[in-house]
Amino acid sequence: MDLARLSLQEQAIVALAALILFTSFALLAQSRLLAIVKTFAWQGALVALTTALVGYATRSPHLYVSALITLALKALFVPWLLYRLIHRFKLLREQETLVHSGTVLLLGTALVIFSYHVALPIEQLAQSSTRPVIAVSLAQVLLGMLMLITRGKAVSQVVGFMAIENGLFFAAVAATHGMPMIVELGAAFDVLVAAVIFGVFFFHIRDSIDSLDVDQLHRLSETE
Amino acid sequence: MVDILIDWLVALLQTLAFVVLAPLFASLVKRVKCRLQNRRPPPWLQPYRDLRKLFGKQVLLAETASPLFRLAPYIVFAVTVMAASVVPLFAVDLPTAATADAIVLVGFFAFSRVFLALAGMDVGTAFGGMGASREMLVGALAEPALLMVIFTLAMVASSTNLSTVVTALLHQGVILRPSLLFALLALLLVAIAETGRIPVDNPATHLELTMIHEAMVLEYTARQLALIEWAAQLKLTLYAVLIANTFFPWGIAEDIAPLSLLRGMAAVVLKLALLGMLLAIAETVVAKMRLFRVPGFLALALVLALLGMLSYNVLEVT
Amino acid sequence: MQLSLGLPWLPWHLRLDALAGLFLMIIGLGTLAISLYAPAYIEEYRHGPQPLAVLQIFTGLFIAGMELVVLADDAFAFMVAWELMSLASYFLVTYQHQHAANRRAGFLYLVMAHISGLAILLGFGVLAAFGGAFTFAAMRAADPGLIWSSVAFALALAGFGMKAGLVPLHAWLPEAHPVAPSHISALMSGVMLKVAVYGFIRVVFDLLPAPHWGWGVALLVVGSVSALFGILYALLQTDLKRLLAYSSAENIGIIFIGLGLAVIFIGTGHTALGILGLVAALYHCLNHSLFKGLLFLGAGAVIQHTHEHDLERMGGLLKPMPWTGLLFLIGILAISALPPLNGFASEWLIFQTALQAPVLQNGVMRAVIPLAAAMLALTGAVAAACFVKVYGIAFLGQPRTRHARHPHDASTGMKLAMGLQALACVLLGVFAAPTVALLERIPAVLLDARLPSATQLGWLWLTPIAPEVASYSAPLVVLGVLAAVGTWAFIRFWLRPRGKVGALRRGPAWDCGFGPLSPRMQYTAESFSQPFRRVFRPAWQIREELVKSPLESPPFWEIRYQSQLGDITWNWLYQPLARTIQRAAQQVGRLQTGHLRHYLGYSFVTVLVLLWLIS
Repeated sequence: MDLARLSLQEQAIVALAALILFTSFALLAQSRLLAIVKTFAWQGALVALTTALVGYATRSPHLYVSALITLALKALFVPWLLYRLIHRFKLLREQETLVHSGTVLLLGTALVIFSYHVALPIEQLAQSSTRPVIAVSLAQVLLGMLMLITRGKAVSQVVGFMAIENGLFFAAVAATHGMPMIVELGAAFDVLVAAVIFGVFFFHIRDSIDSLDVDQLHRLSETE
Repeated sequence: MVDILIDWLVALLQTLAFVVLAPLFASLVKRVKCRLQNRRPPPWLQPYRDLRKLFGKQVLLAETASPLFRLAPYIVFAVTVMAASVVPLFAVDLPTAATADAIVLVGFFAFSRVFLALAGMDVGTAFGGMGASREMLVGALAEPALLMVIFTLAMVASSTNLSTVVTALLHQGVILRPSLLFALLALLLVAIAETGRIPVDNPATHLELTMIHEAMVLEYTARQLALIEWAAQLKLTLYAVLIANTFFPWGIAEDIAPLSLLRGMAAVVLKLALLGMLLAIAETVVAKMRLFRVPGFLALALVLALLGMLSYNVLEVT
Repeated sequence: MQLSLGLPWLPWHLRLDALAGLFLMIIGLGTLAISLYAPAYIEEYRHGPQPLAVLQIFTGLFIAGMELVVLADDAFAFMVAWELMSLASYFLVTYQHQHAANRRAGFLYLVMAHISGLAILLGFGVLAAFGGAFTFAAMRAADPGLIWSSVAFALALAGFGMKAGLVPLHAWLPEAHPVAPSHISALMSGVMLKVAVYGFIRVVFDLLPAPHWGWGVALLVVGSVSALFGILYALLQTDLKRLLAYSSAENIGIIFIGLGLAVIFIGTGHTALGILGLVAALYHCLNHSLFKGLLFLGAGAVIQHTHEHDLERMGGLLKPMPWTGLLFLIGILAISALPPLNGFASEWLIFQTALQAPVLQNGVMRAVIPLAAAMLALTGAVAAACFVKVYGIAFLGQPRTRHARHPHDASTGMKLAMGLQALACVLLGVFAAPTVALLERIPAVLLDARLPSATQLGWLWLTPIAPEVASYSAPLVVLGVLAAVGTWAFIRFWLRPRGKVGALRRGPAWDCGFGPLSPRMQYTAESFSQPFRRVFRPAWQIREELVKSPLESPPFWEIRYQSQLGDITWNWLYQPLARTIQRAAQQVGRLQTGHLRHYLGYSFVTVLVLLWLIS
């Protein structure tokens, strides 16, 4: 399939997908907590924009609602929450120590190629015209997982988790033009609850181990 | 026969225009920057006056300098001129464009960089070695990014000849290619790093431990310095034209009729003016980075270029 | 041709085809250069403890071995010649065996040469089993099926790769090259590594049936890793010949990238592109033999003059040794892949081949090939930095030691040898299109197909795929640069205002006004590569130490900085492997109880088992 045969809207969707992929890489490479949260907010906004565009291109108005919810939750509310937490815990200048950042980025590239390979059969089944986007959404999920593995700070772990959720949502939008409204609302509600619970847990973790470094959590283990 | 002659003549003219107009572009950037920073700008022709003055001076050579040091400015300048001859300025399909493709262009840049670095190390000062080491570091990271940008362009246009690439992009119609978007961003970063602009290097700084390019050429005087400065201005203009004409090819002349040539010139002047202003604004807004932040900056360029290449292969062809 | 040599029922077969011809030429060029070079160079060893005759005899045997390897047309002759080559070079490496370090390097080389010989032997064994005979003709005719040919391929890759110095099987390279006499290093690095590449090409493209594209991916990965690791390690070395040895690993990596592309394209049915990749790889073989030979010979001249291996103790050599300096400069420009020299032409061809990846059906391959090209680009850029360091530290600046100061250029024979190779580097770079037209005959013999358009527009233009896709004309580039310089000279000498500008004046260096220069103020090799060390940190294993000790008067300290660079593959591959072997040996060692009756018991059990097997 050649890009030139797609309509302009579909081209825009593909371009936005590429940008979302870029934000995933940016999340992997960022070391400052604040920058991570900002990048995550941008990713949310891009996902929302793509959803709206898909809604416009396929004339499915319910996607506008999902876009709005995504914007409100992932581009505004969760980043705001994390931002407040960072301020509260005085983590403004906190940095992750990235080990082997180059290797991680290369691994990310390998994951993109891998997910492309995996998504190829799915793409051939999907009816949607923006099939290549499925590979990107899968890659985004995998990159989020990579972030979960390589990061030590609780805040970036939350962002990694949310990025995975972004990827799943994006896959749903790209492959099947969104899930049924009820599922979507449920998922959005889950994200909301997860964010709040994370927030509460931060306080607890902080109280019990005096740090937000998840590598310190092993101290809670009773079998030393 | 006459056609071929005219072709070559236009090609020569284009190269000459590059060489002659390069200081003007540098002047434009400087003037806009001055305006933005509430300073009084130098006159438009100041770079030319500087060059003339330098050409009229006696060369003062360090006692420890070897013949390589004296030869380097000529080599650097000649190779940069050669690079200018393959980049389409206002017309495509000129005969010089076929002698070397975009990969050879990168080779030219590498060639002049190697000689500059060698010249920097020749006198045996601490500053020279420092500049050479840093320049090679910046080059080592920027060059692969630049090549990947070129690979992306080459795959989109299925050619590495710059002239063909420009024509292909001109005729492809309005297509939003994520690969080209990434390639453009990467090329912008690479251009800033390779031409030694803020935030990677500061062309106006001396006597600072942060300098890169200036540290290498510290020992040059008179006409040798003039040639090196001129080559640097030429390189800046080259990168600007590369960005302007490959990613925004509109208006470039596709035949050598006088009218389309004129239109091509007007278009490129307009594009360059816009780019120059953009550069001046960016240099005013952004602060210079620490040296060891530069690899991060270039790693971003590398990732962008890599994503450009990947998104072409993953998203755009199946 | 059949010789009555060898065992009575196993005659040796020799054959000279186009592929063998190219490699014979590589051997011949290398031999020619060192035979001009050696007479003056080995003067140094005349008064050494070893007789010169040993050096001469083994050099002769070494060259004979290499030529026989290339000519051999059956596995038996090939292996005999291969071992002759390995053993002769072992004695050359340990020529100065009074130093323990040399003996250790020689031992490592011998061990790895034998492991590689074993792998090759097994690979031939697989082929011979299916072909029914040891002759290459029989192997060519047989079809072992995908699994067994993959096994043979893997054995060939391991065996020839170890000899060629592919990372991570390169461990002997940086040990053996520096300790051998320089002209022998030139021969080993420039020529012997190519003979290993020859063996690999012979097996994969000639003896095995049509290659599978999966092998190409393996080659691409191994080649990219080898190229990048080789040059990163070269960058940090301060021993000149060790640095060159690591850079050989890099160049072999580049050759294998080319071969990998060839296999991928041939394996997927794009034979014309595959041939292009093969031609690029062969071209780079030829080029590397020339510029690496040149650099090793130059290094020999430098070492003979300064009696130093360490870059940190050289400096300013361009003034005492102008000819060596000039020729070495050509060498570093060629190896840094700068146009219009030969290193650039072959890398350009590899890039052009890689850029044809979009024709492939398989999307993963489409994405992986440009990635390998990107690795190659990074390698090339780092190589430029590495060799700027070498030249800048050794030949430019001010002399760091007394030896480096007094003028004494290489003798005529040595200059002639280096000049020959430098000239070949320039010519092969400028006349790239005729070279490709010649090289193209090799795949024509091996694969029965030709490049459609490489020299379509005549000798001036190199157009690997089609003129509108990519073209490069090195002669015109040279002409252009000359024209630019000529124009400048014209303006300067005929049009300048007369009498205004005087001749140049010499004065002390400006250096931002920091006062008189001393050689100790210069950048050192280590400080030059320091920024790189920070950026690519995980690639090396570096031990740094800062020793602070107070001097007599309290506010002053003496600070001493030491750093040690270890090869990361030692930790990851060789040491675990060595430990495993040691442990296995200990287990086996338990059998050795020392009691006679136990040994009799082993024999008894063996007899029983054998009887049971036979029945």
